[in-house]
Parts: sequence; structure tokens; C-alpha cells
Amino acid sequence: MRIGDAKQTYLADEAIWTSSTQKIWFALLLAVLLAFPFMASSYLLYLGCLVGIAVISTTGLNILTGYTGLISLGQAGFMGVGAYTVAWLSLNTGLPFPVTLLAAGLLAAAVGVLVGLPSLRVKGLYLAIATLAASVFLHFIFAEWEPVTGGMEGLSLEPAHLFGLEFRSDFAMYFIIVPLAVLALFGAKNLFRTRVGRAFIAIRDRDISAEILGIPLLKYKLMSFALSSFYAGIAGGLFAYFYRVVTPESFPLSMSIFYLAAVIVGGMGNLLGGVLGAAFMTLVPEALKLLTAVMTPIWPNAPVFMSPMLEIIFGALIVGFLIFEPHGLAEIWRRVRRFFHLWPFRS
Amino acid sequence: MNILEISQLSLSFGGVHALQDVSFHVPKDTITTVIGPNGAGKTSLFNCISGFYKPQQGEIRYQGAPLRGIKPPKRAALGLARTFQNIALFRGMTVLDNIKLGAHVHMKTGLLGSLAYYGRARREEMEIREEVERRIIDFLEIDHIRRQPVASLPYGLQKRVELARALAMRPKVLMLDEPVAGMNREEKEDMARFILDIREEWDVTVLMVEHDMGMVMDISDHIAVLNFGQVIAEGKPQDVQQNPDVIKAYLGNSDIDDLRKRLNPDREAA
Repeated sequence: MRIGDAKQTYLADEAIWTSSTQKIWFALLLAVLLAFPFMASSYLLYLGCLVGIAVISTTGLNILTGYTGLISLGQAGFMGVGAYTVAWLSLNTGLPFPVTLLAAGLLAAAVGVLVGLPSLRVKGLYLAIATLAASVFLHFIFAEWEPVTGGMEGLSLEPAHLFGLEFRSDFAMYFIIVPLAVLALFGAKNLFRTRVGRAFIAIRDRDISAEILGIPLLKYKLMSFALSSFYAGIAGGLFAYFYRVVTPESFPLSMSIFYLAAVIVGGMGNLLGGVLGAAFMTLVPEALKLLTAVMTPIWPNAPVFMSPMLEIIFGALIVGFLIFEPHGLAEIWRRVRRFFHLWPFRS
Repeated sequence: MNILEISQLSLSFGGVHALQDVSFHVPKDTITTVIGPNGAGKTSLFNCISGFYKPQQGEIRYQGAPLRGIKPPKRAALGLARTFQNIALFRGMTVLDNIKLGAHVHMKTGLLGSLAYYGRARREEMEIREEVERRIIDFLEIDHIRRQPVASLPYGLQKRVELARALAMRPKVLMLDEPVAGMNREEKEDMARFILDIREEWDVTVLMVEHDMGMVMDISDHIAVLNFGQVIAEGKPQDVQQNPDVIKAYLGNSDIDDLRKRLNPDREAA
């Protein structure tokens, strides 16, 4: 049960963790994240890196769609901008990864602002179509601007490096990706307990009143686009370093839908939801493959039968979530927490 | 001195004349009320002052300077705060966050400061929290609900939270669009007391739209009556009450004496 929760300062009251129990759990989580690469198999490590990248990009899209209420189908395009920036810079300048990643984020943010310009006039599905057009346009640039993007062949790049250290293996990349994901989440958490984040939520809930209450809509909508694409750009840059090859097909439209689905399955406007959604969307298809492998000894025909079923099962799981848990995975987590806040009493 | 002067304001949507040649003034440090039947143009008038509607003709002067061309967010920063007829709280936020949002224009933290929550950004958040707690939450007696999401609150409390949010804007003119609509008697009395206290303690001019005649006549210093987009009377409550045009606008032509009684319930009792 939760007791002893009284605070003496406003600062303590507005802290991210308001009890020592929460701090202990978070420290444990960090310890697990730190120990994970030393224990995990190479396959799990690979998945861990993918989840980390997905968390950053999903958090970015959550800021835009979940918190500011602007639906975007451009996330994969923004990630592509980040990935190509990293690839081009590391091929042509050999700069260390913190610089290239920052550049990737900033360039993606600039593109995001351009794509976001129609958002003052259009919203909802219309905005989704406008961002869709932008992502088609970006895809065209990736494929056709050969001198810079390498055309359909794409670009291959050297591993990330810093101070002579090379981050070649998944093991090494994990120590770039996961800290950045944690940092991205802290940034977003801070955002939504301060002025700018409140303005985002106000625009989502009632844009007209928000404007009359003193929030310039265009400025904050573009700010949300910029921040969201910055996150996407970083995620795309990490993607480039992780696979070390970037082609136009690395960032298909279905990837934008993947991230939108992650935001919705996890819980719109909930940071933890973004994390859970990203993990769900990345891991469940893998888990289903694993299930097939486990079933094969008992049922030799499993691979033949299951492989076309995987997509269907995955789709059905998403539909199931929308119907039975419309507030997403985060809502399940909240229920579990509430149970323990009251335990051993019942409300 | 008049803090707001509205002169010859006209607003139309296609063929509908929402406001025609509307002129009246809001004396500083008063409670000024705009009354009128449904559809008379009261909320349109508020929307013109907020800058959400752009009148085709006429002028609104605020503290002596014209408001034309100033965008809504800037008007909020100048001290024009308001509440809305259909409660316009942000349903995804707690009561406390809703109120803090009102202080948006008085804060400076930018995107990077917000992300870092360090130094000035954090200090500013704490200052706003303290101001909101001491001046507003205590004053409006809503400390027990500060952590609750606004969507879960009863109607009367939502209205009060909206008032709190408007106060966080540090208003010079507080525009209240039907502050007691749909409330029971007790809630109405609370709200009337808050409005009077705000005028006394906050150095604020109140401009109100309200249908509850008992409350309007009790607390207003100055009344303007709108009908079909035109001002048909303006003055002190007792003068407006006696004005035959006003009575006609509200109640039609038949049996003026009976209707006059209904408009002045206190007299009837006496």
C-alpha cells in the first residue's frame, strides 16, 4: 500500500518519482538494462537494439500524435532523412557519431517543420494525407538524388566511432542506443511537466480555446513537428549505424504505419505506452516466429502452416487491443499499479 | 475611466447580422454585465473582444488603444482573460495543469528548457506552482481536487476550475461567459461571492454574460442589454430593469405588469 506520500516542497511534489519505492524500481530497471548485453544471446541483443530504436521513434511520434493530436504518416520519411544524413556525413566527413546523430536530428527537425506547415489549416485525416504526400516525396528524393543518396543502391557506411573507439558489434551499439532511448524518454517526461508540453496537450484537447488562452497555434504545432522529427532523425541515424546500409526501401510507408500502430497499441499520450507499444510491435512478430520453431518438433508441418498465419495473428492481436484495451497497454500497467497502491485493501 | 470601449461594432456571417452597430463601454473596476435573449449576440461580442471573430466594422479600444489586428494569444498576454459558455477545459490534463496553463503567457521557458527541466525552467515552474497554489487554489477552495483529471469533476466544479484558469492569466479584464448557467442555488451563491471577491481583491474588471437575472441585478454595477445584435439599453441595474424596451425584448408585449414582477423578484417579495 502507498503511504507516507506527504510533501513539504512543490519541487518534491512535482518530481518524476514521488516515492522511494519508485526510485528503487527504476534503479533496478537501469541495472537490468545495463546487465542485459552481458547475459543476452546475440539474437536477444539484436532485438534489444531494435526495440531501443523503435522506442525513440515511437516516443517522437507520441509527442506529435498522442500529445499534440496531429496525426502523421511521415515518421518513416523523417527517419530516412536522419539515416541518410548520418550515412552521408560518415562517408564524406568521417565525423564521430555524436556529431552526425545531432546533425541527423536537426535536419530531420527542419524537414519536419516544412512538412508541418499545412497543420495550421488541416487536421485529422487531412493532415495524415498531407504528411503521407510528404513521405512519398521524401522517398522519391532518396531514390532519385543519386549523387547524395546513392539512388536505389543506397549507401553503405563505416561503424560509428568516437575517440578512436569503433562501435561495430550489436553489443557496442547497444551502449549507444539504450542510453539515448533513456535520455529521449527523460526529455519527453520533462516536457510534459512544463510549459511547452502543457501547450501541446491544450492544442490536442481544444485548439480554439488554447489560442484564446494565449498559445500561438502555428508556433507550437511546428515545435511539436520539429521535436517529433528530431526524435525520428536520431532513431533513423541509429538505424543507419546499426545496419550500416541505408536504401530507399529501408523506410517504407508501412514503417510509418508501424509507428502509428505502436503509439495506439501502447496508449496515445502516454510515454510508458510508447515504450510498451514499441516493444510489442517489435517483439510480437519475433515471438510468433519463436512459437513456430517451438511447435515444429511436435507438429512437423508448423512452419508451412504458421508462416502465412503470422501476419494474420499479429493483425488480430492489434485489433483485439483496440477493442478490449482502447487506452492501450499503458492502461493495463496503470491497473496493476493501482492494485498494489491499495493492496492489501480493496477499494 | 473605461477599460474597454466598444464603438459601432458590426459583425455578420453571410446574411446573418450577429452584431449591428454595437456601442457600449466597460468602466474600470466594475462588474459589467451584458444581458439579452438567446441569440442576441452576447457570445459573438465576447469572441470579437477575444479576437476569435473579426468584426467587419467598428472598433474595440482596450485601455485606450485599439485592439484591431492583435491576434488572440497577444490579447491574452495583454490581460484579456475569459471563460467559455460550454466549459472549455483541457480534458486530458489535471486540474492543476489546466490552471497552470492559464499562466502560459507569463512564462518564458522554451523548448530546450522544457526538455531539460533545469535551472530557470524549473525555477519558473516552481514560481508558477506557488502562485497558483497560494493565490488561486486556496482562494477558490479547490485544493481537494487539484490532482484529479478535469473530466471526472461535477459541472459546478468544472466551472470553478475554468475561473481558476482565467485567474492564472493575471487578467485586467475577466470575461465570464455564463458563469452560473446550470448551477444549483448554492453553487450560484458561491460563484457570485467569488466574482465579488475577485473584483475587490484582484484589481480586476469583470465583464460578464449571464442569464440569471437575480444574480445579474445583485452584483452588477453596469449593464448593457443586447437584442438582435443591437444595444437596446445601457446603465445601472435599476434603470435597465425599468426600461420598457428591455422588458419587451425579454418577455414580449403581453401583460407588462406581470412580467415586470417576474423580472424583479425582490420587489415582489417586498
